[in-house]
Amino acid sequence: MKNAIVAILAGILFGIGLTMSGMTDTAKVIGFLDLFGEWDPSLVFVMGFGVATTLISFKFILRRPHPIFAERFYLPTKTNIDYRLVLGSALFGIGWGLYGYCPGPAIASLTYGEPENFIFVAALIIGSVSQRLLMDRQPS
Amino acid sequence: MNAYVAASIGGILIGLSATLMLGLIGRITGISGILNGAMEMPKERNWRVLFLAGLLAGAFLFHAVSGAPMPLPSDAPWVQMIIAGLLVGFGTRMGNGCTSGHGICGMGLTSKRSFTATLTFMLTGFATVFISHHLIG
Repeated sequence: MKNAIVAILAGILFGIGLTMSGMTDTAKVIGFLDLFGEWDPSLVFVMGFGVATTLISFKFILRRPHPIFAERFYLPTKTNIDYRLVLGSALFGIGWGLYGYCPGPAIASLTYGEPENFIFVAALIIGSVSQRLLMDRQPS
Repeated sequence: MNAYVAASIGGILIGLSATLMLGLIGRITGISGILNGAMEMPKERNWRVLFLAGLLAGAFLFHAVSGAPMPLPSDAPWVQMIIAGLLVGFGTRMGNGCTSGHGICGMGLTSKRSFTATLTFMLTGFATVFISHHLIG
């Protein structure tokens, strides 16, 4: 129950953050990625302030033996940099640059009720599932 | 609101969301991972589905309260949109994360993997727009 309440509140906060910053507007995201055109650097501040926040808060959180409502932290276990990490991230960046949505804004954009956004998310899910089927990986 | 102020406050809200998730329930706020888990991990589905529902609700709430117009979808051709969606899904699963998991959370954990991933998708994102808008656009 506590997990559910935390998740929905955190989701709402995340959704407000994404829309307020402009990440759900593909034209703005493409403007940010257009380094050699009329570059719109404002979205640098989303990542900048987002990471500044987690850099500080995560440090304090991880000093505790466990999260407040859970028995343990569920942290990534991999530490090696392999071709999957680099090639996967490279392909993701190409898709991001072709349309302007990464997964969070794409899902948040479903609230706009536009058919394009549903098709984009459907393609995203098909891409993700096909990666697992082709390369036999567990959900990350 | 000034675009820089809005982006900064938005970034802090996203960081606070990730802070609540890790500090209270011990989870990394990576949207691609949450989505995959919601589809494929039946026993751990609930919080993931609720987070994603909250994401939509938060986006709706922002536009309803602020009065900011909802952005129209991109006018990119559908073929391009579908290829982009496939690549985003395939790539984030292969690379174990996206802008939130690697970018906001992984870099907050000072993970080398996440710095590598973030640098990589930023570079290919910039390169893709450069090629599509300035070389062949």
